[in-house]
Amino acid sequence: MQCSICKEKTATVFLTHIENDKMHKVNLCEDCAKNKGVDNPTTFSLADADLLLGLGAAQEITQTTGGVDLKCPRCGFSQADFKKSGRLGCPECYQVFAEGLEGLLKTMHKGTRHVGKSPEALRQSRDNAERLKSLQKKLAKAVEAEDFEQAAKVRDELKQLNDGLPSPAKVT
Amino acid sequence: MDIYEFLITPAEATKLHGPHDRIVMSSRVRLARNLKDAAYPGWAKKPERIKVLETIRPAVESLPEMKDAFSEAMDNLGALDKQILVERHLISREHAAKSSGSGLVLNREETFCVMINEEDHLRMQALRPGLQLRQAWSAIDAFDSALEKKLDYAFSNELGYLTACPTNLGTGIRVSAMLHLPGLVLAEQINPIIQSVNKLGLAVRGLYGEGTEALGNVFQVSNQMTLGENEITIVERLDKVLLQIIEHEENARQTLLEKKPKTVFNHIGRAYGVLANAHSISSKETMNLLSLMRLGVDLGLFPEVDRSLVDELFITTQPAHLQKQFSDKLSAEERDLLRSDMVRDRLKNVSRPSVKPPKTGN
Repeated sequence: MQCSICKEKTATVFLTHIENDKMHKVNLCEDCAKNKGVDNPTTFSLADADLLLGLGAAQEITQTTGGVDLKCPRCGFSQADFKKSGRLGCPECYQVFAEGLEGLLKTMHKGTRHVGKSPEALRQSRDNAERLKSLQKKLAKAVEAEDFEQAAKVRDELKQLNDGLPSPAKVT
Repeated sequence: MDIYEFLITPAEATKLHGPHDRIVMSSRVRLARNLKDAAYPGWAKKPERIKVLETIRPAVESLPEMKDAFSEAMDNLGALDKQILVERHLISREHAAKSSGSGLVLNREETFCVMINEEDHLRMQALRPGLQLRQAWSAIDAFDSALEKKLDYAFSNELGYLTACPTNLGTGIRVSAMLHLPGLVLAEQINPIIQSVNKLGLAVRGLYGEGTEALGNVFQVSNQMTLGENEITIVERLDKVLLQIIEHEENARQTLLEKKPKTVFNHIGRAYGVLANAHSISSKETMNLLSLMRLGVDLGLFPEVDRSLVDELFITTQPAHLQKQFSDKLSAEERDLLRSDMVRDRLKNVSRPSVKPPKTGN
């Protein structure tokens, strides 16, 4: 059997790893095993194996879609293409393949939600969207309580916020 | 314009200094960004790639940091020029393989280098000599903030900056440093160090990045995870780990000198002997021996030699640089001859390593 990493030498190290009830097998030659620290199983994690082989991703996607070949309507990229390249076709693909990617992202990264920098324009529109929501809630509450003075005040604030926006605050 | 003319000369490049540059050769922070409404370069057809290049290139050129920059489409660069850029670590090997629809914008000082349509639409990097990760991050952060006003980035609140490969998703950041670690290699401590660095979620790679060997005992350490942690956390973790690696390297050198001085002097003396006397030498052997000479300089065995002499040879003896200086029609054998001539010439006034007498009692 061939080594799954160098694809040259004969595999002598057979690694079976069970995580979340899924079994993953990796076959390695002695040199690659040593290089990747597999000779000491305590230091080797499945994430390494996935990153090494780029296989986990494609498998994950195929499993969650039950074998149906999903295609991105924006760019025509399919999961078979992902299996080949390990890369996606366009930004839209992340929505199309979202379900299958979730598990993969978990093994690759610290978390599955972005923390950190975001584009300034988006940051503003996101802040505005949040403010809009909270004002609408406030308005509904005021109306329900028949506090019309408060309701008028909130309505003015809402109007001001809406006027300040170039287009309806929509967050993608 | 000829890229070789534009680039800082190897002699000048080796005179740039930064903190800890005895061990940390350079620091880099790279951000991956993509346009919202276009397919990624690996999937887009040529006309779409060209359109993306035509959108991004002027936007990048218009930034004040890019005044008088070198800006070129990759199909206008020859194979040798591209290889020179790889040897200077300004572009990836993947980018060097690109032609039509890809581009490069590099500023005068070589502190900002932008690859257009590499794996992502935009790969912008800030480069600094020595250990300066925070400085590199704030430089590229400002650069990116200026650029986002001119371009429509693909971004989602959930997943952050959307990249071609899920491994770069989120912050799209790759923070890395190039380290010269001959002490840890000689002391055979490099593998456990690599393994423990890996365990912290950081990658250790060779001289030219992914999938390359650690020629000349040069290693690149970088973050691997990009999603679920903010940029500054990633920068600071790497900084902390690098300071530890530096300490281990210094300790390894000290211990080697105390416990196995003969082994160290033997390695360095032989390296000097071959470099100063060979009449044919490969690029790989040159780099590995220059690394030992650099160690010798650091340990004070070549008191009259400045480290920049070794560092310059490290650049100029690489295949594309050698061909640029002589002729691009050279065979590998001819290059080996010319390389040895060049190295012998540069070392002709360098005296043999001066080995201090061993301490009494040993």
